[in-house]
Amino acid sequence: MNETFWDRHGIHGLMAQFETPEQLIAAANRTYAAGYRKMDAYSPMPIEGLAEAIGFTRHWVSAVVLAGGLAGCVGGFTLLWWICVIAYPHNVGGRPFVSWPAFIPITFECTVLLAALSAVLGMFAMNKLPMPYHPVFNVPSFAAHASVDRFFLCIEADDPKFDLIQTRQFLQELNPEEVAEVEK
Amino acid sequence: MKTEELDQRAIDPGPDKIIAPGYDYATVTDKIANTVLMPVEKTPPQWWISLLIAFTLMQGLLVASAWLLYKGVGVWGIVIPVAWGYAIVNFVWWIGIGHAGTLISAILLLLKQDWRTSINRFSEAMTLFAVAQAGMFPILHMGRPWLGYWLIPYPSSMWIWPQPRSPLVWDVFAVTTYLTVSLLFWFVGLVPDLATMRDRAKQQWQKVVFGMLSMGWRGSAQHWSRYQMAYLLLGGLATPLVVSVHTVVSFDFAISLMPGWHTTIFPPYFVAGAIYSGFAMVITLAIPTRKWFHLEDLITTRHLDAMAKLMLGTGLIVGYGYMMEAFMSWYSGNPHEMFMYHNRATGPYWPFFWALVLCNILIPQSLWSRRVRQSVPRLFFVSIVVNIGMWLERFIIVITSLHRDFLPSSWGMYYPTQWDWAVLLGTIGFFLTLMILFVRTLPSISIFEVREVLHHLAPHILEDSPKPAHGD
Repeated sequence: MNETFWDRHGIHGLMAQFETPEQLIAAANRTYAAGYRKMDAYSPMPIEGLAEAIGFTRHWVSAVVLAGGLAGCVGGFTLLWWICVIAYPHNVGGRPFVSWPAFIPITFECTVLLAALSAVLGMFAMNKLPMPYHPVFNVPSFAAHASVDRFFLCIEADDPKFDLIQTRQFLQELNPEEVAEVEK
Repeated sequence: MKTEELDQRAIDPGPDKIIAPGYDYATVTDKIANTVLMPVEKTPPQWWISLLIAFTLMQGLLVASAWLLYKGVGVWGIVIPVAWGYAIVNFVWWIGIGHAGTLISAILLLLKQDWRTSINRFSEAMTLFAVAQAGMFPILHMGRPWLGYWLIPYPSSMWIWPQPRSPLVWDVFAVTTYLTVSLLFWFVGLVPDLATMRDRAKQQWQKVVFGMLSMGWRGSAQHWSRYQMAYLLLGGLATPLVVSVHTVVSFDFAISLMPGWHTTIFPPYFVAGAIYSGFAMVITLAIPTRKWFHLEDLITTRHLDAMAKLMLGTGLIVGYGYMMEAFMSWYSGNPHEMFMYHNRATGPYWPFFWALVLCNILIPQSLWSRRVRQSVPRLFFVSIVVNIGMWLERFIIVITSLHRDFLPSSWGMYYPTQWDWAVLLGTIGFFLTLMILFVRTLPSISIFEVREVLHHLAPHILEDSPKPAHGD
């Protein structure tokens, strides 16, 4: 079956519900091994190894934070240098204009400020949050339990291997509590 | 066990456990969410009474600030030579209190101390509200607060710029960065719990409010992966930040030439003192909160004991700082330094100095005893004593150095006025009002992190599940 068929029928994917994090990781591993790639796992707390199990191994958070920190460091120091040398040169007891040791505290604070802002804003942006609507919440037990005590695995309809019947059968074999269709 | 029973249950599991037995993911969620979602009529009466007292105290701040803005800083007791007075004493005190929150959430995160989980959210909120109080003092102290934006470097039509070599300008950057990073840390930690609140809320308006605040968080594994990295890096950034903030605050003093201020022990001993007072405040606030909302299951004697130990440890560093101040003033051979210490201990403010020694050094030694650390009333008493002691320390540092400087002709005395007291008590009221509202409107314990602890602590819950199939 191709993508457009499921798009027309308004299916985001198929979702299996599990009772424990261990079952979810095992299911995610088997799903990945079966050749599915477009999937996501959902849990009420971070679980070690879950992202790797669904094949998500790289993210850019650390790189973004490094870039933000460097920008803050360079920007902060440049601001102070510009104030003290160009904009408002002030001779204090014959000391040099570029008295860099006195610039360190503010440079440090600017580094931390921009690194922290880029960590948070970058993380939310890369997670595409805020997101006011997402199809997974159309599954009633997901809306009630995904942030509390149940663990979910969703194989998405735009996966090339996705087939409503076969994929449902496959998910049933993973010993879930429930398998549900996720409407768009 | 049923959720309703757990909501009312309050069994402290003792000094070994960070969580009482019998919880699973759902019941622990409901236990914490219940502090927010319980109907208004079930709110503990102590909560209302405390809110009323704190809110009343806060009015003192409003009246005193209005009077200050109308008349000018002369309504305070500040004089020449003591131009800093209560405003700076309170500023340093409040900002110090904030430090324990960051220590608990950032440093203990990096050290993988899982007992931090039940108290980190709470202490982060405390940090935020304490820094908010601290931030008001330099602004009120300016005399013309409406010109406060002059502190920020911006291209003004006057063509003048702040002096970035001055510790007072460093302070502006340090405190605003600290406030921003604390707010980010607190909010990022809240987002998954806000999603839980959204899904647990019964009333429509609650669903809408929590829904907007949680920004559509859905607990995706990819999201968690980025989230954890961002949170860890924030912890790594906040750790040097918290050290830098009180270091910069101590530079306000140490960079000057005043006897008693011009000393290199100030940065480390200010940071230790900040953490000391902060832990005292966390204990002061945690003890009533866990009682009102039956949270002894989650904030256990283990937490109180650990915080008491940290308080003792940082208190000893502070005690060492006092000893070194005395030693260095003697060893320097500088008559002004020697006079300064002599004047502190025997001059006109001697009762404050000896009260400080009693509150900050002598009484906290009782924390060596397990019977004090693990007894709620005794620990509560010691925490109040340390709060007062740390306020006295800042009073001694600011007032006694200024009132006797190099020139005897400019010596003077400082007496606080009623407006000084109104502002101090008013900020305590404002701080407590914010804390009291916080514990009832947002999950004051990090729910998802408690679930993580449950996951790590209780493999027996999961005995029936099949073994994970690794090695694909």
